[in-house]
Amino acid sequence: MNTKERGRRRFLKGGAALAGLAVGEIRSASGQAIGSERPEVRPEDFRAYGERSRFVTSVRRDPRNPNSRTPLQDSVGIITPSALHFMVPTWIDPPDIDPWQHRLLIHGMVDRPLIFSMEELKRLPSVSRIHFVECAGSGDSLEERKKNGMLAETVQRTHGLTACSEWTGVLLSMLLRETGVQKEATWLVAEGAEPRKRSKSIPLEKAMDDVLVAYGQNGEPVRPEQGYPLRLVVPGFEGVHNIKWLRRIKVLDQPSMEKEETSHYPTQRPDLGKARWFQFEMGPKSVITFPSGGQRLPSRGFYEITGLAWSGGGAIQRVEVSTDGGRTWKDAELQEPVLRMAHTRFRFPWNWDGDEAVLQSRCTDDVEAIQPTLAEFGRIWGGVDSEYLKTTRNKVNHINAIQPWKVSRDGSVRNALL
Amino acid sequence: MKEAFTMRCFLSLLMPVVGLAACVTALAQTPTYKLGTTPSAEEIRAWDISIGPAGKELPPGSGTAKEGAKIYAQKCAQCHGPTGREGPNSRLVGGQGTLTTPDPVRTIGSYWPFATTIWDYTNRAMPPNEEGSLTANEVYALTAFMLYRNGIIQESAVLDAKTLPKINMPNRNNFIPLWPDGKRKPGPFGFYSWGP
Ligand code: HEC
Repeated sequence: MNTKERGRRRFLKGGAALAGLAVGEIRSASGQAIGSERPEVRPEDFRAYGERSRFVTSVRRDPRNPNSRTPLQDSVGIITPSALHFMVPTWIDPPDIDPWQHRLLIHGMVDRPLIFSMEELKRLPSVSRIHFVECAGSGDSLEERKKNGMLAETVQRTHGLTACSEWTGVLLSMLLRETGVQKEATWLVAEGAEPRKRSKSIPLEKAMDDVLVAYGQNGEPVRPEQGYPLRLVVPGFEGVHNIKWLRRIKVLDQPSMEKEETSHYPTQRPDLGKARWFQFEMGPKSVITFPSGGQRLPSRGFYEITGLAWSGGGAIQRVEVSTDGGRTWKDAELQEPVLRMAHTRFRFPWNWDGDEAVLQSRCTDDVEAIQPTLAEFGRIWGGVDSEYLKTTRNKVNHINAIQPWKVSRDGSVRNALL
Repeated sequence: MKEAFTMRCFLSLLMPVVGLAACVTALAQTPTYKLGTTPSAEEIRAWDISIGPAGKELPPGSGTAKEGAKIYAQKCAQCHGPTGREGPNSRLVGGQGTLTTPDPVRTIGSYWPFATTIWDYTNRAMPPNEEGSLTANEVYALTAFMLYRNGIIQESAVLDAKTLPKINMPNRNNFIPLWPDGKRKPGPFGFYSWGP
């Protein structure tokens, strides 16, 4: 490999920060990006595994937050590229698991405990389903305000703890039938193979309904950060249920009372003075991804407002958009496919007249649950007002409030939740 | 909005039936695909690290707060502080009396409803980078130390598989109970839950 080639490879690997600089270097006098048309050198492995255009710089890492978040502002359609799927790591690296060594054990209140190899799991009848995975803390732009005085600026920061993939694997209900579930059983606990072995209890009712044991994501093996070689997908439930690097399922007659269900995830309700736990489903939620916070509209005129809607309770039935701060609402168009517990893309034509405008969306799911305003959310969540939500150090999960974005006369867009 | 709630109630009547039907089928069924191998009792024991609230799975061994204090200073204090209050990582001691204030401080002492969860979590996940390295005796001792520091047990108390599950955690009765049938019930704005 000559020096030039090595230089180019380094360039191709370079991150977003470098891209702008490099582009400047290879522009011709006429301003055409000549490099993009005919690369000078083509290393042998070039495009053996594809890379996106060097002009595309969207990333999930946010230097100001240890959790990486899905860059929803750049999203199109409903599928999140696996490489941009958010991660909630409290450890640094995903485990490096050899699929030939990996095993799934199912035991507990079953007639026939079984160990499955990856090879055996792939021989079984498979299903592919499109579902979102969303962290319980997603949709919270107040958390950042409490830390540094400012509302989360971008939709990546407000709603980037959700992502939607096509998952392929086997139904957990099928595996459980192979082991034969005993009749007193009501719960199970699932556990990962990573060093800290995160674990979570899941109701058997859900497990027998639609839970997937997935080895595929968006047409390829699940990525290491997403649980390679095997993970659970629990449609519509808080992200923490979707155990990655799945190695064990134990069937029980009560929840196992792991840390994740007894400490961080229950709601400490101010109105009751008690904790509400075992509240797993994510409520109906929608957000406009374009135009959204941090973006700038270059001129007045036509824009297609677009965004995503999803619900842990089922399929999205309706999305309404308001361009006047919630005074009037009109139906947005829903892009097919509209699937249960999946992101749904909505679109709304808009002519910006150059005046200040507040854009927001609200969705209704197919069990007629409607996305609340922040004030309505506070009342339902714990009998509190927005003032409480703004200031408390109490953990407030499941925020699914309507998200307004304000367009100023100069075209800049910012978070207008408060 | 009222209407939405009613709708959910109606649907919830159907849900348990679906779940039940699925369970019944499971019971009736013999394996269809006959894949997978049968684990030995020894294999299951080696893998099964879940400790439920009744503590049935707790291994033999024992420990006291005094023994735990030494291990804590060596293996835990650098992250959780010399007395368990200072951090930098999760505060392990204190928070009692704050849960009904606007700024509740949730710790294993003020919040966690089961002592078995402290044992389970310490055993499976602590200390980071050396997870699984603690012996059963060490985990009993560390659990005793953390509970003693939170004023929940006496310094002299000996924790083992019998005594640990019997510890009365102060916040135990401040969780809204689960539905005894293990079935999901509706709530507003998609707030389904498994309790009233
Ligand atoms: C390298 C730093 C580090 C060391 C050493 C360490 N911990 Fe931790 N500990 C953490 C972090 C970080 C968390 C939070 C993890 C999370 O919530 O995902 C934690 C959480 C905990 C919790 C749960 C607290 C809660 O309220 O959620 C307990 C209990 C605990 N540690 C006990 C111990 C014990 C006992 C030791 C010594 C054997 C120990 N830790 C050593 C970093 C450490």
